[in-house]
Amino acid sequence: MARYAREVAVVAFAQSDHLRRTDELSEVEMVMPVLHQVLAATGLKAGEIGFTCSGSSDYLAGRAFSFTMTLDGVGAWPPISESHVEMDGAWALYEAWVKIQTGEADTALVYSYGKSSPGSVRDVLTRQLDPYYVAPLWPDSVALAALQAQALIDAGETDEAGLAAIGARSRASAGANPHAQLSGAVAQGEYQVAPLRTGDCPPIGDGAAAVILAAGDVARRLCERPAWITGIDHRIEAHSLGLRDLTDSPSTRIAAEHAGVFEAPVDTAELHAPFSSQEVVLRKALGLAGDVAVNPSGGALAANPMMAAGLIRIGEAAARIHRGESDRAVAHATSGPCLQQNLVAVLEGDRA
Amino acid sequence: MSTTGKEPVAIVGIGQTKHVAARHDVSIAGLVREAAARALADAELTWADIDAVVIGKAPDFFEGVMMPELYLADALGAVGKPMLRVHTAGSVGGSTALVASNLVAARVHRTVLTLAFEKQSESNAMWGLSLPVPFQQPLLAGAGGFFAPHVRAYMRRTGAPDTVGSLVAYKDRRNALKNPYAHLHEHDITLEKVQASPMLWDPIRYSETCPSSDGACAMILTDRAGAARSPKPPAWVHGGAMRSEPTLFAGKDFVSPQAGKDCAADVYRQAGITDPRREIDAVEMYVPFSWYEPMWLENLGFADEGEGWKLTEAGVTELDGDLPVNPSGGVLSTNPIGASGMIRFAEAALQVRGQAGEHQVPDARRAMGHAYGGGAQFFAMWLVGAEQPGS
Repeated sequence: MARYAREVAVVAFAQSDHLRRTDELSEVEMVMPVLHQVLAATGLKAGEIGFTCSGSSDYLAGRAFSFTMTLDGVGAWPPISESHVEMDGAWALYEAWVKIQTGEADTALVYSYGKSSPGSVRDVLTRQLDPYYVAPLWPDSVALAALQAQALIDAGETDEAGLAAIGARSRASAGANPHAQLSGAVAQGEYQVAPLRTGDCPPIGDGAAAVILAAGDVARRLCERPAWITGIDHRIEAHSLGLRDLTDSPSTRIAAEHAGVFEAPVDTAELHAPFSSQEVVLRKALGLAGDVAVNPSGGALAANPMMAAGLIRIGEAAARIHRGESDRAVAHATSGPCLQQNLVAVLEGDRA
Repeated sequence: MSTTGKEPVAIVGIGQTKHVAARHDVSIAGLVREAAARALADAELTWADIDAVVIGKAPDFFEGVMMPELYLADALGAVGKPMLRVHTAGSVGGSTALVASNLVAARVHRTVLTLAFEKQSESNAMWGLSLPVPFQQPLLAGAGGFFAPHVRAYMRRTGAPDTVGSLVAYKDRRNALKNPYAHLHEHDITLEKVQASPMLWDPIRYSETCPSSDGACAMILTDRAGAARSPKPPAWVHGGAMRSEPTLFAGKDFVSPQAGKDCAADVYRQAGITDPRREIDAVEMYVPFSWYEPMWLENLGFADEGEGWKLTEAGVTELDGDLPVNPSGGVLSTNPIGASGMIRFAEAALQVRGQAGEHQVPDARRAMGHAYGGGAQFFAMWLVGAEQPGS
C-alpha cells in the first residue's frame, strides 16, 4: 500500500434498477433513493461526509447546468464541499480519491446518473466527436463500434460467433443481478450495423449509482471488509479513429500498469465494454487469464446507464470484495468513441 | 512516500489568449492550445514535462460540443496521459484549478497543466441557458434577470446609494486598459458614460454587465522540486476550497450566501489569515455585474455586513487603493464564462509573482482568486502567496 499517502476503500455501493424508460421520475427522484441507500449502509449522514463529487452530462439531460438541480437530492444544506465532473462517475470517484489523498477529507460520497430515454442516444453521442470535421456527418456510436468490431475480425482476434458468446455470457450472468435491464437468454437479433447485431450492443436505459469512499480506520469502522483501492489511474488517447489501432487499447494498458494490475493475479474483472467487441480489446490490454470472472454482474451489455455504468463497474467489483467473493479485482471505465479514454482501478480485500 | 501533510503547490506558468468577442481565426482546439503553449513558455517547460491535464468550461451547450475534452486531447498534448474534465457552472475555472492543485498536493502527479476556456462565438450562451425544462422554473431573461432582484435586495438592506454600481464598472473598465489580454478596452470611458448607459435589468445598466468573450486561460502547477527549477518566481497555493448550496430554498440568503462565507473561512483557516482586509494585498473577485463587488466584499469578510459599498465608494478597491479589487479589469471587462474563474485565480498568481505588468499592485505578497456560479450557489477560491507556505 506504499503507492499512495493514504489507504482508501470503497465501503458502500448502491445502484438503481436500470430501466428502458423512467418517464415518471426526475433525475433527483432517480438519484435520491440510491443516495439514501448508500448512506444508510454506512450510517453516515450527508452532512458528515467530507467531500461529495458527481458525474453526469448536460447533453443527456438536454439542458445546461443540469447537475445543479440534482445536487438538491444530496440535501446540500448546510453548504458542503462538493465538485462535479462532466464525465462518467468513475472519474468523479477518482477526483474524490485524490481529495482524500490530500488529507482534506476522510470520507467521500460519489454519485452519477444518466437518463438516455428522453432522446436518441445514438444521435446525442455524435455531438462528442470533432465538431468541425466529424460531428457534422452524424456518425453514430453503433457505427463507430462496428468499425472497431470489423477491425478485430479482420485481425483474426475474434469472429461473429465469439462476439455472440460474449453477449450471451453477460446476459446469463445478469440473471443473478436484480438491477440489470436485460438478463437471461436474449436473442442475438438482426444486424444493427454489421458485424454488430442487437445482442452485441448495450441496452439503452436510465439509471443511477452511488459509492462511499473512506480512509484507513474510518473505512474499517464503516465496513466489515473494505474494498481497498490499491491502485487507480486513467489515460486518454487521440480522438481521431484514424490515428488509433482500434484492435488495441494502449491507454487501458498504461493505466493498468500505473494501477498495479500486473503485479499480482486478479480473480474478478468488471469491464465497461458497452459492445461485445470491446471486451475482446480490454481482455487483451489487461492481460486477463482465462479463469478470471469477467463481468459477473452482466456488465454494460446487461445495463448501460450513461455516465453511471463506469462507476457501477467499480461498485460491483467492490461489492464482491465486501461479500467475500473476490480478493483482488480490477474495475474499468471508459469514455469517448471506441474506448478513447479508460480508467482502471485495483480493489483488494484484507485476507483472512 | 510521506504521509505527513500535503505537498506544497506552486504556479510556475500562466498563459492567456487575448480575449475578444469572436476568434474567427482559430478552432476551439486552436484557442486552448494558444493559452497552454503560452503557459508552457512562461514556465520554460515542454509538453513532455506535463504529467496530467485538468480542463474546465461552462455548459457544453455553449459551443454545442458534448464532453469536448475528448476532441481536445490531442491539442492539449494529453495523449497517453490522464485528463479530467471539471464542470461546476460559473465557478468551474476556479474548481478546475483546485482539482489540478489537489493532484500535486496529494503527490499523485508532479506537474499538471490546467486550462479553462469558452468560445462563446461558436454558439449562443443565452440560448444555451434557456432550454425549456418541464416542471422547473426558467432562469428568466439570462443571468442578469436572475441576479438583479438580489442586487436590489442588497441596496435596500444596506442603504447603499444607487451610484455605487457605476463606480465599480468605471474602475474595472479603466483597469482593463492596463491589461493587454482584457476583452474590453474602452479608451473613452467616463463615469458619466457608465451612468448614461441603458438600464437592462433594473438596477443593472448595460455598462455594469460583463461582455461575452472567446478566450482561454492555462496554468502550470508543480511541486517543490518543480518550483526550484522555475525560471521565474512561482506563486504558492496557501489555501483553496469549494462550497456548494442548493439553487433555491426558503432559507437561502441570495445577498450573502452561506456557501461563500464558509468557503472563504476555510481558505483563510488554511492560509492562517485572521484579518483578510489587512493581510491580503489584492483580490481578483468574480464580479459579472458591478454591484457584486460590494456584495462579495462583505461575503468574503473584507467588510462588515452593510459596509461593503463604503469601501468601494471611498476608493479602497481602486488599483491604487489599499485593497485593490480586480486590477486586471475583472469579469466586467472579460468574460469567456468557463475561463473567467481561472482567469481570477491566474491573475491573483500573477500579482504575487510580480508579473502583472501595468496592472501590478506594488509589493503584492498575498492575493485571492474567487469564483462563483449557478444561482450564487457554487463557490471556489484560492489564496496564493509569494512565499512557500510554512517558510
